[in-house]
Amino acid sequence: MTQTDFVKLVMPFKDKVFRLAKRLLVSNEEAEDATQEILMKLWRNKQKISNYKNVEAFSMTMTKNFCLDRLKSKQAQNLKIVHSNYQDNNTSLQKEVENRDSVDWVSKIIEELPEQQKIILQLRDIEEYDFDEIAKVVDMNPTAIRVALSRARKTIREKLTNTHSYGVK
Amino acid sequence: MVLNSIEKLLEKYDNGETSLKEEQQLKAYFAQDNVAPHLESYRIMFQHFKTTKQELYTKDVPLKPKKNFVYQWISVAAVAVLMLGIFIPKIGEENRITSLDDLSPEERKVYFQTKEALAMLSSNFDKGTSGLSMLSDNFSQGTSSFNALSLASESFNVGAEKVSHVNMLGNTTNKYLKNTKENK
Repeated sequence: MTQTDFVKLVMPFKDKVFRLAKRLLVSNEEAEDATQEILMKLWRNKQKISNYKNVEAFSMTMTKNFCLDRLKSKQAQNLKIVHSNYQDNNTSLQKEVENRDSVDWVSKIIEELPEQQKIILQLRDIEEYDFDEIAKVVDMNPTAIRVALSRARKTIREKLTNTHSYGVK
Repeated sequence: MVLNSIEKLLEKYDNGETSLKEEQQLKAYFAQDNVAPHLESYRIMFQHFKTTKQELYTKDVPLKPKKNFVYQWISVAAVAVLMLGIFIPKIGEENRITSLDDLSPEERKVYFQTKEALAMLSSNFDKGTSGLSMLSDNFSQGTSSFNALSLASESFNVGAEKVSHVNMLGNTTNKYLKNTKENK
């Protein structure tokens, strides 16, 4: 497998890997490092790639495991929480500021979720995977995934409503 | 109407039962500006999903092809062999014997004994050669006489040919005599 073949194979899901890493590790830099690490691992084992049925799902599983390992390791205790890159060009300034604030809130709320729910929510609501694919990545049965997803969604909304009505009611 | 169906979808969504297609519908609804105020929290959520999805990984990954280390080691081995080839003969030259003075007395004695023995052998060999040359002389003499003999045999052949002519003549005379007898 040449470098161009590899890049072609990896291109479609490298952003998904990055976003999942960022969801779990929070920091932008950490997520970039993790993504690079995952891609390098894939590149090193490029001979075996053809044996994998679903490279994307495999990579996502790798990312999940890698990030959870990172979180458990001691290095991760120096992790900083950095939010800098949310943008939306269509709305007026006031709404934009408002949106930014609320969107920030959402990511803060998601941060507080258990890892399992974070991963599932990320794969389902952002990457739009179907339940079978998620099942492969997180190694759970679809029903359990649905339950976790439902819990995650409800928690987010509950907390969002609380923060929104804070000071108003 | 629309709001009603959206609310139903949202309920399903909260229970994690929506399909990807239904979620697309919800996303499309919350992407627009006029969202019902009581669904504001959902809007923020979907807004978040949308913006997060736009994040891209832009860093370059340095992909280096694997080097084959075997070839490198082969070149190292070749250099080692070359160096050995250059230096080892010189090591041998350092203690090579070049004159008689380098030998111990015993070795010198042995050397002279051997030399004497070889000289004796060579003198005997000379005798043998002289005898052999004499033999070769005789042999060449023999060959020359043999040549003479072959010459003689050649002249004999010539003689025999002539004799056959005489024979033929005899035959014809016989025939002639027979004929004359029959005529009588």
